[in-house]
Amino acid sequence: MGIKIALVGNPNSGKTTLFNALTGAKQYVGNWPGVTVEKKEGKIKGKKDVLLADLPGIYSLSPYSPEEVISRDYVIDEKPDVIINIVDGTNLERNLYLTTQILELGVPVVIAINMMDIVRKNGDIIDVEKLSENLGCDIVEISALKNQGINELVEKAMANVGKSITPARPIFAGAVEHAIAHIEELLLHDKPAEQQRWFAIKLFERDQKVIDKLNVSEAHIAHIEEDIVECEKLLDDDSEGIIAAERYNYIDSIKDGFYSNKRIRKEKLSAKIDKVLTNKWLGIPIFAGIMFLVYYVAVSTVGGWVTEYTNEVIFGEEGIPALISSGLKSLNTAEWLSALILDGIVAGVGAVLGFVPQLLLLFLMLAFLEECGYMSRVAFIMDRIFRKFGLAGKSFIPLLIGTGCGIPGVMASRTIESPKERRITVITTTFMPCGAKLPIIALIAGAIFNNSWWVAPSAYFLGVVSVVISGLILKKLKAFEGASSPFIMELPEYHLPTIGTVLRSMWERGWSFIKKAGTVILLSTILIWFLSSYGFENGSLTAVEDMNNSIMASIGGSLAWLFIPLGFGVWQATVGILTGLIAKENLLSTLGILYIGLSEVSDNGAEIWGNIQAAFTPQAAYAFLAFNLLCAPCFAAMGAIKREMNSGKWTAFAIAYQCVYAYVVALIINQFGNLFMGAGFSLWTVVAIALLVGMIYLMFRKPGKNRLQPRLAN
Amino acid sequence: MTTVKELKIGQTAKITKVNGQGAVKRRIMDMGVTKGTTLQIHKVAPLGDPIQIFIRGYELSLRKEDADQIEVQIID
Repeated sequence: MGIKIALVGNPNSGKTTLFNALTGAKQYVGNWPGVTVEKKEGKIKGKKDVLLADLPGIYSLSPYSPEEVISRDYVIDEKPDVIINIVDGTNLERNLYLTTQILELGVPVVIAINMMDIVRKNGDIIDVEKLSENLGCDIVEISALKNQGINELVEKAMANVGKSITPARPIFAGAVEHAIAHIEELLLHDKPAEQQRWFAIKLFERDQKVIDKLNVSEAHIAHIEEDIVECEKLLDDDSEGIIAAERYNYIDSIKDGFYSNKRIRKEKLSAKIDKVLTNKWLGIPIFAGIMFLVYYVAVSTVGGWVTEYTNEVIFGEEGIPALISSGLKSLNTAEWLSALILDGIVAGVGAVLGFVPQLLLLFLMLAFLEECGYMSRVAFIMDRIFRKFGLAGKSFIPLLIGTGCGIPGVMASRTIESPKERRITVITTTFMPCGAKLPIIALIAGAIFNNSWWVAPSAYFLGVVSVVISGLILKKLKAFEGASSPFIMELPEYHLPTIGTVLRSMWERGWSFIKKAGTVILLSTILIWFLSSYGFENGSLTAVEDMNNSIMASIGGSLAWLFIPLGFGVWQATVGILTGLIAKENLLSTLGILYIGLSEVSDNGAEIWGNIQAAFTPQAAYAFLAFNLLCAPCFAAMGAIKREMNSGKWTAFAIAYQCVYAYVVALIINQFGNLFMGAGFSLWTVVAIALLVGMIYLMFRKPGKNRLQPRLAN
Repeated sequence: MTTVKELKIGQTAKITKVNGQGAVKRRIMDMGVTKGTTLQIHKVAPLGDPIQIFIRGYELSLRKEDADQIEVQIID
């Protein structure tokens, strides 16, 4: 049996840096079962049989957030051999609050006081011996950033393996301790002695998760309730508030004994930086500037160049496909197999890998913004606007990344705490025109609108408006009701992150994209390739010369009627929409094949402009563009949605909502377009007006009005 | 009775009571906003909400609606 160590601490305490310093390169990143909270594990450097589990960054062990519940369940149920509690030495009071809770869990604890280099530089003194004596556990001073004290920490942790635990010490006011002792005596004598206090405090707090877990009888609840109510009267607060306040009172009472700062406090550097970055007038322009810079580097310039290079040189005609093709020829491979390998597999892998360099660049900059502390300021600056649309201030990031690629965009929503805001963000992120949708925009702009300047900006505008409209509609739906996340957030001090931490974060996200998206894209590319290149000729299933005879063509033909009210009820467009589900830019090559028998069309599809002009009216073409921008994203992004929703039901809802919304918007665009272009009033015009009115009603209705009325009548 | 919401930038006050219940109240208190602690208003976000307070040696941001749950006595 190996040894298990758990790493616990506040967000921004340097936990990730310490985890990386302790484990080195080999890490396992996954999800905790049933939730979308990230789970990281790694072997401690130089100790083969010691596994370190990185628990989520938390401030408390309350029952209200998945991160906190995971952490406490992990410790109580899995019983790690030791807990390393990392504590930010520059922010002791609040960090020790979590420590007081961890010490009750019945597992040996070693405290790592981090950022000691800064503490010393500030001239502050922490009397470690005194603190260790007070808390009853070992303490090591470290600097994770400078790799100081790490070996000593590992040694102390190993020395604590198998150490017998004395139950946590009473630290609360007399009346509270009395009630807790009473609860222990009455209900918890069969629990291990070192865990009794933890359970007793949770019962005192009326923690429903623990009450359910222990299966406490009604009679016993009623009995302990007497003590609790008495305490509440005495201390003028509810029991949960009493415990929280008592913990801080305890820290305050011992603080002077172990902590002193002699220096007259100068204004902190962070406060100076914030004078500019979150300034009343400068805050928003600077934010816009930083976001522009991120976008400019990741999407417009460097990122765009590397993506182009991978797609056109490495996976271009002269690149890997040519190599493989000649290799296959020399091996005399069967034609169907070459086609499968080249058009199915290589094209699929290329579609995934083409985006990777750009994604890595984007992730790199985001990791920097996150690690340095600016991301919290983004939430602070943007909260007011985004809250109105059922989103969180942090939703800006997924939406912005979504303009590069929907997959990392959807994945970036993970930093949003509240499920409601996270779900709405996940659903709306892919409304933003991603890089793969740009060729579609270029096609329509070039073929129909003479490359007018307004087409591309209008696509982004449509995306933003769709996010706002959907936010307003969704946040009022019953399914999304429930408290939105309390916006009570630490604004951590700015600091320069290490290169290693930023690179690692970049790589973790990039790799997770390659793994998750890679498989989906590959499989669906092969499927669509098969449907497009096989069909029934002369009564048997065979590889078809002409895509017009393919299975895909018959699927497109049987579904095309659906899009008649939208103005593009031709089967070629329908097939384009379907192959666009693999990757949106496939739409161009598909239309290329279907219209002129040429799959290699240029970036803006100039070769098929004539066919598009013949097949679409301007309003239908714009509706077609809108539909493709807004409807279900590519398979890979759907996979990302499923991953973040972590529920089949929510994933299905998200995809269905996107398709219905896209359909409605495209119908409205086409029908109003018809009307203004002089096609006259028709039944469909009425439908379009009705849909528009319905949409406006859903956006502005008073939520829950119907349910309030009966209550008022009572 | 004054709440944190009514304080002006730069004002310092001592917390007398934290109202509310459930997740929001617990979160406020978990972050160190407890009776008897002093806090100072440091900033209002560019768009007027949320606000930023200085408490227990660090910066905390919270929305005005939640700040309204924190009763205080103004010190200066």
